[in-house]
Amino acid sequence: MEKIAILIETRQGEIKPSLYGVITAAQDAEHELLALAFGADTARFADQLKPYGIHHLVTITAPSARSFSNPDNRARAIIRAMDHFDIRTLFALTSLAGKDLLPRIAARLDAPLVMDCLAVNLVDSTVEKPQFSEKTIATIRVTGHHRIFGIRPNMIEPKTMPVETETVVFNYQGTADDRLEVVETRQGKSGAIDLSEAEIIISGGRGMKNGENFQILQECAQVMGAAVGASRVAVDNGWVPHSMQVGQTGTTVCPKLYIACGISGSIQHFAGMKTAGTIVCINTDPDAAMMQQCDYGIAGDLFKIIPALTRQLKAHR
Amino acid sequence: MFDAALFYLRPHVIITDPMNIYVCVKHVPDSAATIRIVEPNQIDENITFLLNPYDENAVEAAVQLKADSDDTDVIAVTVGKPAAIDTLKSALAMGADRGIHVVTGYWPDSIVTARALQAAIIKDGLPDLILTGKAAIDSDGYQTQFRLAAALDIPVATHVGSIARNDNSVTVTCGLEAGGEQVIRMRMPCVIGTAKTLNTPRYPTLPDIIKARKKEIREVSIDHLAIEPPDSRMEIIALKSAVQKRRKQMIAGSIEESVTELIRRLKGEARIPLS
Ligand SMILES: Cc1cc2nc3c(=O)[nH]c(=O)nc-3n(C[C@H](O)[C@H](O)[C@H](O)COP(=O)(O)OP(=O)(O)OC[C@H]3O[C@@H](n4cnc5c(N)ncnc54)[C@H](O)[C@@H]3O)c2cc1C
Ligand SMILES: Nc1ncnc2c1ncn2[C@@H]1O[C@H](COP(=O)(O)O)[C@@H](O)[C@H]1O
Repeated sequence: MEKIAILIETRQGEIKPSLYGVITAAQDAEHELLALAFGADTARFADQLKPYGIHHLVTITAPSARSFSNPDNRARAIIRAMDHFDIRTLFALTSLAGKDLLPRIAARLDAPLVMDCLAVNLVDSTVEKPQFSEKTIATIRVTGHHRIFGIRPNMIEPKTMPVETETVVFNYQGTADDRLEVVETRQGKSGAIDLSEAEIIISGGRGMKNGENFQILQECAQVMGAAVGASRVAVDNGWVPHSMQVGQTGTTVCPKLYIACGISGSIQHFAGMKTAGTIVCINTDPDAAMMQQCDYGIAGDLFKIIPALTRQLKAHR
Repeated sequence: MFDAALFYLRPHVIITDPMNIYVCVKHVPDSAATIRIVEPNQIDENITFLLNPYDENAVEAAVQLKADSDDTDVIAVTVGKPAAIDTLKSALAMGADRGIHVVTGYWPDSIVTARALQAAIIKDGLPDLILTGKAAIDSDGYQTQFRLAAALDIPVATHVGSIARNDNSVTVTCGLEAGGEQVIRMRMPCVIGTAKTLNTPRYPTLPDIIKARKKEIREVSIDHLAIEPPDSRMEIIALKSAVQKRRKQMIAGSIEESVTELIRRLKGEARIPLS
């Protein structure tokens, strides 16, 4: 049986919810599924992975826990594990971490890699992925001894396929390349959901008028368990940091629900949120481009509509 | 063949030699262009192409590093069809000193591209720094910088929001999720993939553009680079328009009514778990 591995990504010590869709992308009765996770304490994930068809959970350990903060060393450890377990196909999330780790692995193995896959066909080795600012979907065929796929978060609905999960420890003994040294790691806001993986996003654009007004979106986001995004205008005006920018030159997102407030719907903004499940547009201009390409539109003042939405959602709880 | 040992000697000679910064720039369709599919796997290229937006940040960073030291050469390198020369010209107008065009008759995948970049760079000189964008907006590959670094056997960091040069190393900050950051020190030569937050790319003035016309662009056919054909490939076999069927329903009524209706439809027909 061919072995396929899924790289486990965690947030605050727990498996990221968007990871289960990645496992589903790799599920196939013909294959043996392995999950690769860093650190001895990940052995407890076995119970969570069992329902999704993971046969073996490989916990990758190293003499010093710190050695995995080095991205290059992480890549080397994965490659060593792939070699040891005879893994030729690797799946992971196209998260910020994935965008660093997967290409490092692919480059060293000289393996084909496609990021942001929407669907994977393992039999004929093809994937679907957006190209040209999300304006087209390309079918890409990969050829090579290995193959590596980065899956777009939230794109694939998780499906269960229960099996027994066995835990194996893989001790990585390699040393880091001293030409690349991690001086310091500053974690992001704890508990904050990264835009690229959020299931619900509420975004503001020029219509927000200033940075303070984003508080209205923050309040609404809190009630919905959403992340807050922004258009480039809001970022360029210094209202919010660039990490909140959705679009061509910001983050590509794929939430179940995207609520655009005071955003006109430029091509470059769409490039970052086109694959959202449902789009809601709140805009004073009924002719805004966003209105033409949304699921639900309310033509009105966001400063009245968003507080009402927050209030009603609170009342529903 | 490329001699990796030469790179390790590099730190000792760095003070006397000019510093060579290579910037990899890709010629890509304007993000605002309408993409028309003309063959199963081709687009109509009769549209505006530009210097990849992320690569503008790489060029800007190189030009700023040049301003900080007297003796620095900034060389823009592109791999692409004959039309890609325009993207080199844009880089030269922004302040790169000269350009190298690896001319192809097709758009190679990033495995071949990285090999072509590597071959063209080491044929030209010894790099101290190589700058790239974090991704090309046509392919959204996120990988060429890593493949180039692996081919040269030098370190790489991507999504870089700041660069500080030391004697024979650079210290960069890489974006992590939720606004986190990792500070990484790499020995030179190394590859840096730039993020949008790194800087604000300059707009070339007319005199800049005119001055750039005199700058040298060397052309070399990809066939003359004697690239080893890779065993791995990524090949576009089909393209289709990304059309999402949207419901396009307008919700009318008073503020409270329309919000109630929106929540009802989101929970009902759109099946969104609004907690
Ligand atoms: C190379 C390139 C890359 C780019 N990358 C990005 C990117 O990554 N992300 C991005 O977003 N943009 C990007 N842009 C910019 C893009 O072209 C647009 O300029 C930008 O998206 C517009 O932002 P906006 O919708 O907030 O502003 P506007 O287009 O000005 O729209 C504001 C909207 O707010 C509405 N409005 C005003 N007041 C209210 C109110 N009280 N209530 C409700 N609605 C109100 C208005 O009717 C209007 O529709 C890029 C551009 C280029 C050239
Ligand atoms: N054909 C090319 N010519 C020059 N540089 C390229 C080319 N393709 C990719 N690059 C560089 O590699 C980066 C990442 O590209 P990609 O892996 O295609 O997303 C880009 O931002 C460029 O700096």
